[in-house]
Amino acid sequence: MKIRHYIAALLGLSIREIIKFSNQKGRLFSAIVRPALWLFVFAAGVGSAKGIQPALINFYPTQNINYFEYITPGLLGMVLLFSGMQSSLSMVYDREMGVMKILLTVPLPRWYMLISKLIAGTILSVIQAYCFLIICLPIVNIYTPFLTSFTGWFLAFPFIVLFGLMLGSLGLLLSVYIKQLENFAGTMNFVIFPMFFISSALYPLWRLIDNGALYVYHIAKLNPFTYGVEMVRAASLGKFYLNGFLVCLICTLIFLFLAVRGYNPQNNAIKKSKSKNG
Amino acid sequence: MLKEKFMLEINNIKKYYGSFLALNNICLKLKPNQLVVLLGPNGAGKSTLFSIITGLVRADSGSCVINGNNIASQSIGALKNLGVVFQQPTIDLELTVKENLLFHARLHGLRVASLKKIIEKELNENGLEKKINKKVRTLSGGERRKVELIRSLLHEPKMLLMDEPTVGLDPRSRADLLKKILNLKSSKNLSVLWTTHLVDEAEKADKIIILDKGEIIAIGSKKEILSMAKENKLAKAFLKLVEEK
Repeated sequence: MKIRHYIAALLGLSIREIIKFSNQKGRLFSAIVRPALWLFVFAAGVGSAKGIQPALINFYPTQNINYFEYITPGLLGMVLLFSGMQSSLSMVYDREMGVMKILLTVPLPRWYMLISKLIAGTILSVIQAYCFLIICLPIVNIYTPFLTSFTGWFLAFPFIVLFGLMLGSLGLLLSVYIKQLENFAGTMNFVIFPMFFISSALYPLWRLIDNGALYVYHIAKLNPFTYGVEMVRAASLGKFYLNGFLVCLICTLIFLFLAVRGYNPQNNAIKKSKSKNG
Repeated sequence: MLKEKFMLEINNIKKYYGSFLALNNICLKLKPNQLVVLLGPNGAGKSTLFSIITGLVRADSGSCVINGNNIASQSIGALKNLGVVFQQPTIDLELTVKENLLFHARLHGLRVASLKKIIEKELNENGLEKKINKKVRTLSGGERRKVELIRSLLHEPKMLLMDEPTVGLDPRSRADLLKKILNLKSSKNLSVLWTTHLVDEAEKADKIIILDKGEIIAIGSKKEILSMAKENKLAKAFLKLVEEK
């Protein structure tokens, strides 16, 4: 009886996310067009004809790979990142529309409601990520074959899910602090762009050392997005990147813990009583 | 001797917002099958009390027990007994009426297949049968309130909380809603806590609690409130009691 209730609530939240997603026709389109532009335009212009040396840790079987192939895990991360932040936006929307009150008065533990919300958002993120792969990769592969096989992307599924969970939990955490929908532009500037650009999504990190941008290199090494991208890159080639896996797992747990804490009414009381006392 | 059973027991609740005392030593009890109207002007603390009862906000001291479950320590058991209609609309405008109701049913672990007929019946009774597949965005304020009421009763709660549910409704819809609640109270043996600043909504209450500036200033039946204020109209009695405080 109890387990059925838990499953039904998760199902309810997931169905709601999927219905809302399917009602917003442009959302899937923009989720695919954004990385597709990077793949077909940016990669075409920037990529070296001779290829690129992937990274200090090279998961590829050769030293040089074409830039289209290099950038693909990063663009997959971009889809997950935008979708994760969209979950944050939907939480803020729910709060503004009052739906959040209904979610928080359901007779289930609050942490479970937040995890369910995270899972529902991640399902959408992963669907979008695979739509991008299924639509865009065959087109690129027509004129530049990848070392990564199509099955590689399906083997990477659990790691793409973990990457999505990490970014979704970051979105949940941000939703604790974003009080209005209007503040979402700030999220773009201070979270999405730095996370994406200061990572190994677009270029290998050794390039930063070569260019003398050591501080950017160190920030990129601290950026969990870098580890997510490298974990997915490794997984798509049938390899396991332990550091990436651990960073993603630990970050997911930390972000989620802080988000659950942020939505706990007791915290509100603690803050109030502190201010009351002094 | 048997202890009297209460659906809701609030004891000595205090709530501060910073240094501002929003609720001071609030005590109230609600019996099964009782309609209690919490009457107070704007800013009296009604919504804060409501947030404490629903577990959205924690009280700084005191306790709130719903059907034997303390909302602070046994929130799941407490929330199972509650159906809630908030002052601010809490319905997803982007979903249809049916989708909203099924969403709520799933959140409460109800079997959706067996509920579909009940939902249709409830919508029929409320004249909303043609709106079942319409997005809530297209519904009027009164219709949205009806959907929220149907939703709050889907899981068959023992107590219904209604926080200024008639805000934004025209007089006809207000009267209809109140009539419906009175019918539900007797047909489903519901306890109802209804907060409002509109005195006429308290006329048919079993008990009236007048709240002002975070404190209960009067409590009793309509007759008792009138005699306390030595007035013959509830509106006058309310104003007198609030001004005298």
